[in-house]
Amino acid sequence: MPITEEHKKRRGRNIALALVLVGLVVLFFAITIVRLGGQG
Amino acid sequence: MRENTIAVQSNARDAAESGARAADYFALLKPRVMSLVVFTALTGMVLAPGELHPVLAAVAILCIAVGAGASGAINMWYDADIDADMKRTKNRPIPAGRVGANEALAFGAILAGGSVLVMGLAVNWVAAALLAFTIGFYVFVYTMWLKRRTPQNIVIGGAAGAFPPMVAWAAVTGDISLGGLALFAIIFMWTPPHFWSLALYRCGDYARVGVPMLPVVAGLRETRLQILIYSVLLVPITLLPWFMGMVSAVYGVMAAALGVVFLAGAVRVFHDGSEQQKPARQLFGFSILYLFLLFAVLLTEGLVGWT
Repeated sequence: MPITEEHKKRRGRNIALALVLVGLVVLFFAITIVRLGGQG
Repeated sequence: MRENTIAVQSNARDAAESGARAADYFALLKPRVMSLVVFTALTGMVLAPGELHPVLAAVAILCIAVGAGASGAINMWYDADIDADMKRTKNRPIPAGRVGANEALAFGAILAGGSVLVMGLAVNWVAAALLAFTIGFYVFVYTMWLKRRTPQNIVIGGAAGAFPPMVAWAAVTGDISLGGLALFAIIFMWTPPHFWSLALYRCGDYARVGVPMLPVVAGLRETRLQILIYSVLLVPITLLPWFMGMVSAVYGVMAAALGVVFLAGAVRVFHDGSEQQKPARQLFGFSILYLFLLFAVLLTEGLVGWT
């Protein structure tokens, strides 16, 4: 199946969303460590 | 306006079919406005007395940035009909048909809720409440209520852009104090001359879409006078952080010198009667540099701690 412009856009959106989700996981992990450490 | 609404709805359907790029969603966040918000918030955070863990400080700045971006996305959803008819805004993602209007609204609402929630859980609920108030003020008071009804739209609406350093201040101290209010006052008084100088040479656009910007309603002469009045009031207010002992005389001298240049620009605008509106264009450009330099000096003083 040929890769259309729409496929490229969807792939770009999926990668961006994956990066945002990974970023949120790292962020919440860091917040938890700091808050549990009693330094916040 | 009705035709534009239909066109925007049609664009929204097309967007759903063709799909938007990730960059289009980023554009919905008004990244240039966001960068100024981050910069002023960072300054508020650095100047605020007290300690905040670096991770939580970064989270607070991120929440303020995302909250500002969310406000921008909801603003673009609400204003898509008039954006489609103005040169400056017609290529925004919704009027250009790259993102559906409802998608933009959902995107903005989720980011707004998420940023407030994370701010509250990770930092403190005073900062979260202030952030929620800021987003609500921009969306409901400025965008939906004032923008299309009164020439004072940007005077009162400008408060939304002035809140970020106060939110950042509250993230550190957990309260609203005079130092944060001083930073608020600077941006609040800077907004009218900044936007009205833009409106002077873009008033044709605003008149066409029915936004009652001051030059459209009261005329160019009155707008020039108002720019001058607000500029005269702005300069002493920029000296407040020095008078309050938040920063050293270095800032005081810089603010006074920059203020003189700003005032000179406002006087040139006041005396200008030309078609090209060159002094207004120059004042608009300088106003951005002016605010940036003021906050850059405040930020440097906060980091270096000369006081």
